[in-house]
Amino acid sequence: MPRRKGAPEVNAGSMADIAFLLLIFFLVTTTIETDAGLDRMLPPIEPPEEDVIIKQKNIFTVNINKNGQLLVEDELMDLKNLRSAATAFLENNADGSCNYCKGRRDAASSDNPTKAIISLKNDRETKYSTYITVQNELVGAYNDLRNREAQRLYNQDFTKMEAEYLNPETPSAIRDDLKDKVKRIQDMFPQKLSEAETSTN
Amino acid sequence: MKSIRNSKKAQPAISTAALPDIVFILLFFFMTVTTIKSETLLVDNNLPQANQVKKLEKKDRVIEIYVGRPNQDLAKVLGSEPRIQLNNKIAHINEVGPYVLQELAQKPDAIRNLVTVSLKIDKEVNVGVVSDIKEELRKVNLLKVNYTVFQGNSQVGKL
Repeated sequence: MPRRKGAPEVNAGSMADIAFLLLIFFLVTTTIETDAGLDRMLPPIEPPEEDVIIKQKNIFTVNINKNGQLLVEDELMDLKNLRSAATAFLENNADGSCNYCKGRRDAASSDNPTKAIISLKNDRETKYSTYITVQNELVGAYNDLRNREAQRLYNQDFTKMEAEYLNPETPSAIRDDLKDKVKRIQDMFPQKLSEAETSTN
Repeated sequence: MKSIRNSKKAQPAISTAALPDIVFILLFFFMTVTTIKSETLLVDNNLPQANQVKKLEKKDRVIEIYVGRPNQDLAKVLGSEPRIQLNNKIAHINEVGPYVLQELAQKPDAIRNLVTVSLKIDKEVNVGVVSDIKEELRKVNLLKVNYTVFQGNSQVGKL
């Protein structure tokens, strides 16, 4: 048998396997995570130049104590009733200026959605999970109302429209179209959720 | 050997020599695109759950603040009171403002006013710490916050 010329070729056939193994390892271990959460704007630290006087009936007060109990409009309330209570307050429509509201028009509750403010106060020892759940319910109340109006006007959910509008991958033509719609619904039920210390006098 | 040679006359095998290259390209793509979490968590970070959430789309526009009890290794030194973690180290509440401003200064000009502060706060933490952080953020005029949560059913029934 004659000897082969030169060094024998290295078999590179299993190279692909090794690379695949590495690839799968990275695919599994790394997570392309997008975090999600509740967006909120904090009030600026400078006090407004003039005190805005808000009627007591336009404020929906939610107090959380350190045991996680809720005091809503001076009454003890169960967390599962909070969303419906907030919804009823927001679309109460006492002055009749909101033609899309389905509220009871109770004179002792909010005038119209643009005036209605939800004020959330908490004890320093409230648990964060309770706090978030309450926030979630209040945002949920706004979203329920907005979804209802979006369904009526555009046959789709507001939350879906907003997510699509905020998604950077949506083509700009669709986004421009959505911008007006989203803005319109937001103006119907502006989110006025105050976490600042609101004085009672 | 003989039968193959007879049946398929001079049909060359498909060369798979380029396959590793293709896979390596994929591998490098994933290695560069995915970000391995740079921060090691020094505190427990079990986020609460909520379902009315909005996504935080762009990572470069987010500043993260973690709050929670120190994890098991550090609990001996730091005790079990909730602590704030800023960028790999435990910090005092007073350091929140300067840290956030410093992070903000590193962002390009164009996105500076779009920056959101993501508050990653453990379930068990008391709201007092959170209000302190919010107060600090208000002082440096960074008003966009996001209470980062796990997406899921809200805990209405469980409280």
